[in-house]
Amino acid sequence: MSNRSGLPADVLESIKKVFFQECDDLLADLEAGLLALQRGERDPELVNSVFRAVHSIKGSAGVFGLDALARFSHLFENAMEEVRSQRQAIDADTLRTLLHASDVLTDHVRAAQDGSDGPQDSERSAEEALALLIGGREAPAEDLDFEFTPRPVAFEPFSISDPVERTWEIRFRPHARLYAKGGDPLPLLRELKRLGTSTVSLEMADLPGLDALEPEQAYLAWRIRLVTSQTEAAIHEVFEFAASDCELVLTLDENPPAPDQESPDDAMEAARGPEPRRPTAESLRVDLNRVDKLADLAGEIVITHAMLLQRVAEAGLSAESGIGMALEDLNTLTRDLRDSVMAIRAQSVKSVFQRMSRLVREVEAATGKQVELTVFGEGTEVDRTVIDRLTDPLTHLIRNAIDHGLETPAARAAAGKPAIGTLRLSAAHRAGRIVIEVADDGAGIDRPRVKSIAAARGLISAETQLQDDELDNLIFLPGFSTAATVSDLSGRGVGLDVVKRNVQAIGGRITLVSQPGKGSTFTLSLPLTLAVLDGMVFSLAGQRLVVPVGVLLESIQPRATDIHVLGPDVRLLSYRGEQVPFIDLGWALGYTGKSTDFTNGVALLVENESGRRAALLIDSILDQRQVVIKSLEANYGPTPSIAAATILGDGRVALILDVDAIMASQGQASEAFQQLAQAG
Amino acid sequence: MSEPLTILTVDDSRTMRDLLLVSLREAGFKVVQAVDGADGVEMLQTTSADVIITDINMPRMNGFAFIDAVRTDTRHRATPILVLTTEDEPALKDRARRAGATGWIVKPFDPEKLTEAIRRVTV
Repeated sequence: MSNRSGLPADVLESIKKVFFQECDDLLADLEAGLLALQRGERDPELVNSVFRAVHSIKGSAGVFGLDALARFSHLFENAMEEVRSQRQAIDADTLRTLLHASDVLTDHVRAAQDGSDGPQDSERSAEEALALLIGGREAPAEDLDFEFTPRPVAFEPFSISDPVERTWEIRFRPHARLYAKGGDPLPLLRELKRLGTSTVSLEMADLPGLDALEPEQAYLAWRIRLVTSQTEAAIHEVFEFAASDCELVLTLDENPPAPDQESPDDAMEAARGPEPRRPTAESLRVDLNRVDKLADLAGEIVITHAMLLQRVAEAGLSAESGIGMALEDLNTLTRDLRDSVMAIRAQSVKSVFQRMSRLVREVEAATGKQVELTVFGEGTEVDRTVIDRLTDPLTHLIRNAIDHGLETPAARAAAGKPAIGTLRLSAAHRAGRIVIEVADDGAGIDRPRVKSIAAARGLISAETQLQDDELDNLIFLPGFSTAATVSDLSGRGVGLDVVKRNVQAIGGRITLVSQPGKGSTFTLSLPLTLAVLDGMVFSLAGQRLVVPVGVLLESIQPRATDIHVLGPDVRLLSYRGEQVPFIDLGWALGYTGKSTDFTNGVALLVENESGRRAALLIDSILDQRQVVIKSLEANYGPTPSIAAATILGDGRVALILDVDAIMASQGQASEAFQQLAQAG
Repeated sequence: MSEPLTILTVDDSRTMRDLLLVSLREAGFKVVQAVDGADGVEMLQTTSADVIITDINMPRMNGFAFIDAVRTDTRHRATPILVLTTEDEPALKDRARRAGATGWIVKPFDPEKLTEAIRRVTV
């Protein structure tokens, strides 16, 4: 990289990191501004903010020798200048061009960051469109110059006072009294954050081992580094109501290192101005690994607590004993601690939703359809582990909705609908889960066509009578869609069955409601976290296993007369007039030989996400509880029939069943079931 | 040795602020930083600067309005103000000059040129 700044390379490199962070913020502002313009907002400051975002990127890109980025942002800036000066009207075409340019600019920034090639084809089309906006007005050449004759300056020796911003080191250690009075450190930390930029770290050094842990004692302390222009008194005021119930030490840091930097140079240490007042500034930047570690530790405490409970019960101590009551308090604290940690790791779905508006534009361009995307509930929070798994299914569903759901403008006009289709993306919390809907106002599922495809692929027989919703759900079957029949665009060669499987793999559900001529709504329902699970603990062949409560319908005491043998390994259980595959779980998992007597055990009736049911034969049900999920994949790779593991109260490991995989591996039974269902 | 000069930089870009900070400190100046014109005006209520370096395109209060505000404050009427920006249109330069700017430097800057410009306005 050419270095035009004359600064040492390592210093420049660290500033470059800041630049890319800043670019992320600016690109988000840019897109948000353009989308607001698209919604019809016309505040001049909105146009200015869009201009500034591009302008800032251009200004800094040159310093780091990021020529392609500088060149494109320069062109983009010139186009924005046309808009800002009202020489160019803000119409639909202009906005399309600018949004496309914003996507290309994002690609340029990514390319500059990865050191890869910039966007090629998309850039050319964006450049041409921008050039049209500029309309031949020549971009001024950039040069370094210093002008004006300096005017004589009366130089007065100013007294140099303190910079306005000061950095405080605050140590806050609540006494047990604080908690006993219902005090909570979190609101205090939040309040403190309002005063300026704060970095919070938790001190757990005083936290003893569980054997020495006094549940009603307070062990945690927080260290807050606060950069603020507020007075010491203002900081004390935050702790006004906690003052007598905590240790509070305020120290003024005279020579604070620059925040956000692995400072390679003393030169980076300085009093700097406050961060720009962005709406997003009310957040903490914490290394994710630290948060994950904290979440893991909170999980461990949950497990250890469960162990402790069990030991106390085994020792014959009653719940009313001193220890029993203290444990109950610890139980509450442990849950709160875990919930708080989960809240720290929670992220809004906004980051994922924002990417979708770009996707919509791309699919629009590829299909020639016109789509208006409306987004609701993008502030809905969910654990980071879930956020990471949202993008793929959503991407697929949105492609699918535009590609297959929405009609062409001509077809819409013919059906008496507005030419522009609408796509509604929404998120909400419902019953302890996050529910995300992708709804289009397109043609709905073409049921006769779905039926003929399913029959042609041998998924159903031509005579099968299916309800409308059953027909709709055929599109989730493996083998329904292939790249040959659907345009390559929607799935990029991947069918909805894969989406469904991936969603199920993280304990999610996907459902579809469709109305012919009116549109389809896909609903994704996911757990709020992938770190804990409501599980049913049961015993089988001396092992303890866990099945997610979400898949359980009920437990049955099977009678010999209800079990029908269809083949050496295939049995069905009659249950309330239905026939379901009867899976001898001990044998299926390889724990035991084939059972001959099924009446001693218990059958768990489970239902997988596609609504298929099966009965799993186990020995007995032990308990229902929340378990902390420990992935096995990192150490053992994918394990057939096992989703993960957990540690139970007595310290033993219990495996968590992958019910779907077990049902799939018992495919013979389900085929037999299908035959029977079709025959009967 | 004499007290180092204090430079107030006014720029909404974090990257630019860091670049200025490093370059100016390297050159032996004391640096204070504001994130936009309004912030700069606020800082000048309690802080003094020997030289002010400002951007033009900023939220809340742009560079022209900032220069204007500084020049109407008797305490800072004589403080040199250098405009550091990517713009180099004569009309804009003229506007900055009329508002009371001392000089105009086009980004991307060169720390040596910058230092030289500061020396020239503070001799």
